[in-house]
Amino acid sequence: MARKTGENIKDLLFERTTGGFAFLVLFLAVLLFAVLLRESLPALRKFGAAFLVTGTWDPVLEKFGALPFIYGTVISSFLAILIALPLSVGAAIFINEFAPPWMKTPVSFLAELLAAIPSVIYGLWGIFVLVPVLRDVLMKPATKYLGWIPLFKGPVYGPSMLAAGVLLSIMIIPFILSVSREVLATVPQRQKEAVLSLGGTRWEMLRIVIGQHCIPGIFGATILGLGRALGETMAVTMVIGNRPEALLSLFQPGYSMAAVIANEFTEAVGDVHLSSLVLIGLILFTMTLAVNLAAKWILTKMVARASRGI
Amino acid sequence: MKGAVAFRRKAADRVMKWVFTLCAFLVILPLFLIFFDLVIKGGKELKLTLLIDLPHPVGEPGGGIANGIVGTVAITLLTMLWSVPTAVLCGIYLAEYGKGKFASAVRFAADTMSGVPSIIMGIFGYILLVLPMKRFSAWAGAAALSMIFIPVVVRTTEEMLRTVPTTVREAALALGIERWKATLRITVRTAWPGILTGILLAMARIIGETAPLLFTALGNQFWQTRLDQPIAAVPLQVFTYAISPYEDWHDKAWAGALVLITMVLMINIAARVLTRDKR
Repeated sequence: MARKTGENIKDLLFERTTGGFAFLVLFLAVLLFAVLLRESLPALRKFGAAFLVTGTWDPVLEKFGALPFIYGTVISSFLAILIALPLSVGAAIFINEFAPPWMKTPVSFLAELLAAIPSVIYGLWGIFVLVPVLRDVLMKPATKYLGWIPLFKGPVYGPSMLAAGVLLSIMIIPFILSVSREVLATVPQRQKEAVLSLGGTRWEMLRIVIGQHCIPGIFGATILGLGRALGETMAVTMVIGNRPEALLSLFQPGYSMAAVIANEFTEAVGDVHLSSLVLIGLILFTMTLAVNLAAKWILTKMVARASRGI
Repeated sequence: MKGAVAFRRKAADRVMKWVFTLCAFLVILPLFLIFFDLVIKGGKELKLTLLIDLPHPVGEPGGGIANGIVGTVAITLLTMLWSVPTAVLCGIYLAEYGKGKFASAVRFAADTMSGVPSIIMGIFGYILLVLPMKRFSAWAGAAALSMIFIPVVVRTTEEMLRTVPTTVREAALALGIERWKATLRITVRTAWPGILTGILLAMARIIGETAPLLFTALGNQFWQTRLDQPIAAVPLQVFTYAISPYEDWHDKAWAGALVLITMVLMINIAARVLTRDKR
């Protein structure tokens, strides 16, 4: 669309107006970062890098460290990935390769619907349904017989790192699932047919094809899911137990970065407390940004490779 | 020998097929469980008074979440009032003029924002509006929610406009229509169902958001008509009731959740029907 010189004034005005709003969006993003940085400066000055590795969280003595929260966020998200990854990839394979045509749309629609449920409803369901079931069916028997393993040490209360991990896994499944389906769909049809024509079964075909084509893409999908899990607030706050200690046992209450912000922000006593909470927010922001950028980088590379037909 | 190998391979194929089927079943099972509980436990309390009454104090039977419903609608409309034009116009810029470094920066900004945890948008609203105004308000809630709404709609608007073939734009320009008119009347109108779907999906998402409202809108036990005051919202009520120690509040939480999911799903389905019609 070549433009003439001596351009129409209205056209120019239109371009400038829309451009102005584009600038506004850019400005908001910069403002967000600036605001977080400015408000976290007092805590950053006071505690420095030690903030990341300090385990105390004491509003009375004004001694703050983010370690228990970072630990809780990372472990619960990792647990969520551990559960969600195999289920999502398995379900993606089912929908793309095995499901009869009439079943594909409803099954993927239902899975997508999981992403539409508000986080607070997951939390509600977690408190009253998931946590009691996990406690009675899984955690109590497990501590009884396997309690000598540090990961499964009692006492069992219910709200715990495990509950948060399981609930998070349900919440991130739709994201990993839909990206995995896209990744599976990039495999050239002729390659699948080549394996089948040599007498391979469907499973052998999938094993070969996925091994050669889909591992980086599925890895990207997983990282994307991780980005979701790290920042999830309400559901985690409601089931993780909110105890600021980094404990090895998955059955013990923990805390997460988003949860401590949600719980203490309005009741922050004093500037250092508030600033420390904002600093946790800034760390969370940086973590999710890094994770999302990594996922995007992997997935774009994957698409580039697929379009070259390798 | 050969037969045994073939049998093993076939058996493995069968087994794996069942494993994948089981995965799909396990993935959608929680959806049914959640909806089942919502309908059973929420339906018990779903009376007319829930929708038209104010919350009652603990122990006093009855009461509703009417102020929350009104508050949620108010905050959502307030958010969209300025976020829809901002996001759509930004999307138009990116799709129609967005080739340079500036456009890439805007795209990067929108992508970054859409990945930021929603609780952080709450901090943003708090520092930017609650601290200077010295009070929680619907304005602050709307500010936090627009930070979630805008980036999503910017990117869907751009994507939808890019699906309009260049030939359509060229045909319009060839007829001598000014470019701004061609963009608004032809390109944007062609892509409009898709853009509207994006707007509705983003709306469904912010209706259910709780974390950004915790320290911006804060919540309120009473009616609030002023937008510069703390205001109730359904997700906040669900949260408060759910973590309370009272049995009758728990029932209220389920009923509130049922109302919330109904609102979210209705908008979600409307959005999907819209794109289906287009095809």
